[in-house]
Amino acid sequence: MSLIGESAAAALQLLLAGDSTLGEITRLSIAVSATATLVAAVIGFPLGAWVALTRSRLRSPFVVCLNAALGLPPVVIGLAVYLLLSRSGPLGALGWLFTPLGMIFAQTILITPIIAALTRQTVEDAHVDLRDWFTSLGMSTWSRMQTLLVEVRFSLVVVLLAAFGRAIAEVGAVMIVGGNIAGSTRVMTTTIALETSKGDLPLALALGVLLVSLVLTVNACAYVLKTKLEARHD
Amino acid sequence: MTELIAPIVSLRRVSFRVSGKTLLEDVSLDVQAGERVVILGANGAGKSTLLKLCAGILEPSAGEISSAPLREQAFIFQRPAILRRSVLDNVRYVLRNRSISEPECSARARLALEVTELTSFAQQPAKTLSGGEQQRLALARAWACQPRLLLADEPTASLSPAAAREVERIIQAVHATGATLIFTTHNLAQAKRLAQRIVFLDGGRIVEDRPASEFFSAPQSGAARHYLEGETL
Repeated sequence: MSLIGESAAAALQLLLAGDSTLGEITRLSIAVSATATLVAAVIGFPLGAWVALTRSRLRSPFVVCLNAALGLPPVVIGLAVYLLLSRSGPLGALGWLFTPLGMIFAQTILITPIIAALTRQTVEDAHVDLRDWFTSLGMSTWSRMQTLLVEVRFSLVVVLLAAFGRAIAEVGAVMIVGGNIAGSTRVMTTTIALETSKGDLPLALALGVLLVSLVLTVNACAYVLKTKLEARHD
Repeated sequence: MTELIAPIVSLRRVSFRVSGKTLLEDVSLDVQAGERVVILGANGAGKSTLLKLCAGILEPSAGEISSAPLREQAFIFQRPAILRRSVLDNVRYVLRNRSISEPECSARARLALEVTELTSFAQQPAKTLSGGEQQRLALARAWACQPRLLLADEPTASLSPAAAREVERIIQAVHATGATLIFTTHNLAQAKRLAQRIVFLDGGRIVEDRPASEFFSAPQSGAARHYLEGETL
């Protein structure tokens, strides 16, 4: 009990003092996960919408693959990306291994299926009410995709948040691909894992508090924004 | 010598089956340009299916259909499909979809809102409109497209009498532009007001196809008589 109490007090001190290491790690975590979320959204939104609307024979295999990809263990993705980016790997020439770019790459692979799968479900539900009307207008799949993505834009904010939450809380892939190098690729989750193993619980706890607060704040802001925008349109 | 004009909608021995169930059987129908046709029948008779086949929303299981091209049609649903954007943008959306230039889109959209008396709602989110106003918006979109063929599936089914009369007025305004009307309704008074011709369906087959005045004064089939007497829903 005293260990928890002492750690919590020390963590509070670090937070209040605005520790520079803490700040640097937090900034890198946000930058890597936010960038990965944006890149994954650019891929996942149209991919999910296409899978929702296509009549191609590839639809069913795609749905199965997307759903299966939701359960991929991050360490396996980390390992695969490590092999791709390692010097002898097919993407070794990029020089992304043990850099934030490599971590963004790994997180993008991890969360693109989440965005695509949730987008597919959201778009499919919205399409039910509009399908006959779209058909009567003679609309192409591409036009339907564009229209439906705009129609469900508020729900997609929640999709983005789910993906961001998954990315920033992830530890396995970024540990393998980033290498947890101090001042370069050390992010909140990898630091928590490292400091806990070293027995430096105050820093780990401070980062844990920050991580949870960050996720809560982002979600709360998005919820308020979504509710306000929906209230204006519905 | 009289010149033969091709019908705007023509169905030849059309059947429609889904999941082993036959919804329409051996239906043949010609509708000439400018006609006002009302499809009547009990629930499940196949009215909506017939209308959707005419619009190309459904593909027939058997038979042939020729109809006006999609860009010359407009379809009004019982529950209007409304986009999550402003009333004006809802109208502009269908016009843009038809590759109409931006200035003309705006001009036509504003005119359509005037005709449907929705101008004061132009910038309002369309989803906040009442049921009757949403149906008028659907008709505004149709009017703006200047269709040759207007198909409407029970467009006033869930509206108050006042809202229904307003929708009827707009339907007549669209017809006045030269459009052919085909619509379904359960409202017999409305059918009497709007129809020139009645197509009566029973069990997925056309059992009567006659001028409206004849149909209402002397229905020939037992099914139509029962329907008019309110014995079938």
